[in-house]
Amino acid sequence: MKRTLCVIMAAVLFFSIALTGCGSAPKQPANQAQSSNSAQQETQQKKEELKKTTQFSFWTFQALHQQFIDDAVASWNKTNENKPIAIKTDVYPYDEMHNKLLIALQSGTGAPDIVDIEISKYSNYLKGKNPALVPLNKIVEPELDKMIKARFDNYAKDGKYYGIDYHVGAAVMYYNKEILDKAGVNADDIKTWSDYVAAGKKVAAAAGVPMTTIEVTDQWTFHPMISQQGSDYLDKDGNPILDNEINIKTLQFLKDMIYTDKIAIPTPGGHHHTEEYYAFMNKGGAASVLMPIWYMGRFVQYMPDLKGKIIVRPLPKWKDDGFRSAGMGGTGTSITVQCKNVDLAMEFLNFAKLSKEGAKKTWTVLGFDPIRWDVWEDPEMKADNKYTDYFGKGIFDMLMQIKDEINSINVGEKFPAAAAAVKKDVMFKALKEQSLTPEQSLKATAEELRKK
Amino acid sequence: MLSSVPQTDTITIKYNRKKNIFYSDKVVPYIFVLPFIISFLTFYLYSIISTIMMSFQTISGLNDVEFVGLKNYMNLNNPHFFNALTVSAKYTFFTLLVLIPLPMLLAVVLNSKMTIGRNFFRSTLFIPALTSVIVAGIFFRYSFGEQETTLANAIIKSFGIGPIVWLQSKSTAIFILVVLATWRWLGVNIVYFLSGLQGISSELYESAEIDGANTIDKFFKITIPCLKPVIIYVVTISVYAGFAMFAESFAYWRSTPPGDIGLTLVGYIYQEGFNNNDLGFASAIGITLLAIVFVLNLIQLTLFGFFKKESD
Repeated sequence: MKRTLCVIMAAVLFFSIALTGCGSAPKQPANQAQSSNSAQQETQQKKEELKKTTQFSFWTFQALHQQFIDDAVASWNKTNENKPIAIKTDVYPYDEMHNKLLIALQSGTGAPDIVDIEISKYSNYLKGKNPALVPLNKIVEPELDKMIKARFDNYAKDGKYYGIDYHVGAAVMYYNKEILDKAGVNADDIKTWSDYVAAGKKVAAAAGVPMTTIEVTDQWTFHPMISQQGSDYLDKDGNPILDNEINIKTLQFLKDMIYTDKIAIPTPGGHHHTEEYYAFMNKGGAASVLMPIWYMGRFVQYMPDLKGKIIVRPLPKWKDDGFRSAGMGGTGTSITVQCKNVDLAMEFLNFAKLSKEGAKKTWTVLGFDPIRWDVWEDPEMKADNKYTDYFGKGIFDMLMQIKDEINSINVGEKFPAAAAAVKKDVMFKALKEQSLTPEQSLKATAEELRKK
Repeated sequence: MLSSVPQTDTITIKYNRKKNIFYSDKVVPYIFVLPFIISFLTFYLYSIISTIMMSFQTISGLNDVEFVGLKNYMNLNNPHFFNALTVSAKYTFFTLLVLIPLPMLLAVVLNSKMTIGRNFFRSTLFIPALTSVIVAGIFFRYSFGEQETTLANAIIKSFGIGPIVWLQSKSTAIFILVVLATWRWLGVNIVYFLSGLQGISSELYESAEIDGANTIDKFFKITIPCLKPVIIYVVTISVYAGFAMFAESFAYWRSTPPGDIGLTLVGYIYQEGFNNNDLGFASAIGITLLAIVFVLNLIQLTLFGFFKKESD
């Protein structure tokens, strides 16, 4: 008896919930009906507009880039009312996006119209006779004289430019002024790497913290330092030169900083994008760090306690006439061959990333150093934003000094493999595990790359 | 009248024929297994054959394929492959060492009517199997961070051991992988052993008691021999799972562990196939992995006497 009652009650409850949504709509008074008519017309209009609007899909691995593209779409639709566009962005994790794209391009279906590809993955997509990306020479070539050309060579093959970068990625030194002051060191007096080591010894003695941290599972310490000296992982023709004399000396120099001079430590967590490192640095764990200019965003976002304490300076030189920076990292925005309206997509990319306005936005929205150098001195670039609040003004004055001291890097077909090997083998085995000497470590990896 | 008789006959025959297809002992079994056959052909057989073919090719893009013979297999002779093989083998060995005896013991405890709250423990031990390795892996990744304040370092600190850099050394790498695997798979193996235990007749224990056997005797002389089929099954799937492990390593180090410390064979496939866009070489690793697991399972099943006839 009790059970039957329970079942009936449950059934009543269920139907009363299920049927709540089924109530008939109340009849509308005449005037409201009219307004709903005009509303219908409006939606009709909107639908027609939508038909005219060209839809694009965009994949990226960096949520910040989505903000940038959304912003560009809004300004495009204001200035180009006759050809409105809409972009649907998907932000995927780094590896997942690149792998998904690779499979979509190889199988010939499912790829987005526009896509962000990271530099150390880029040549994977240029393999073979017919890359599945669209050459952008039509929009790139007219603007090239106002651009840092090296940033376009990274995404080019056989004279065709396939990607447009967001930034130069000038490598700089971020100093913690508070710690330097404690040790009586003036950052502007550090001109060469030997000055840097000398200053580091003072810092270690006076403040009791290491001068810097060295990445042992990533490349942002090693690669800028060799690029400064004109060396690289590959030569111009894409052959591995990882084990040349400059590279061996530089890696030995890094090892000496850690174990002989004792002014550096392997980065907590392995590299400068780990939670361990952010926590360590935020507490004043080290006096400086070598990273590209795009690392500013990480300071602002993850190391709030250092606000006002960090100053940005060029890298120390190796020789008196040596370069004080290097162009590091990057992301090429490309159009895939599966795009349905290539011309319009190109026009949009031109507007969003190559134009003067677009270049300024890469600084105001993203905090990146634009690839278009003729905007660096623009008054708009001096306006306050969250980056000037954090680091102080004059970032671009400093960048202007080093703009011609940036070597291009060689991005051959073996670059993804070389970069991956430096990250996971060379640095780790020579600096952290110490299972191989710097020379052995570089030689072993270079041999392996040659065999591929 | 006469003419109408054959007409009805043909109708019944036609009807019967239709009916016959669905009632025929010969046809119906095939219809029932058809969904499996189709999924097997498309998702297993086709993939395996296509992988074997790809392992002899260099693939640079859509319709851009070159036959290279055994080159991909020759390239397997490199330190990364052997590192990955060692890590996978060590991991399989240690998971077998932990994930067979431990769940068996726990299952015996949970099966005993004397245990208080055994249903509660059964379900809580099973819950990790329902979570995603990646989600749980993030928790483990941070627990094994290198600061003094992380969970793992806080625990060993109470024993007076200094903070350890868990994620950057070969020996700790296998340890943390096995910890994650144990946490996740313990409950599943307990369920297997519990179901095995419930199949053992209580009369066996009763008669043993009458003969004067103690608890340890009963465990080794009755429980383990009766659980043999379950043990064979669990070892077989554990060998396979050990060599196929990828997610745990991915959770700790993403796709590129430094110095290959946590690189597994499947991780190496992922690295070569997707990170380096070399699907031909990745296929060769995959086929080699298939062969290794196949041989290992054959050896193990032979040792257990799985292929002997019941009567022997």
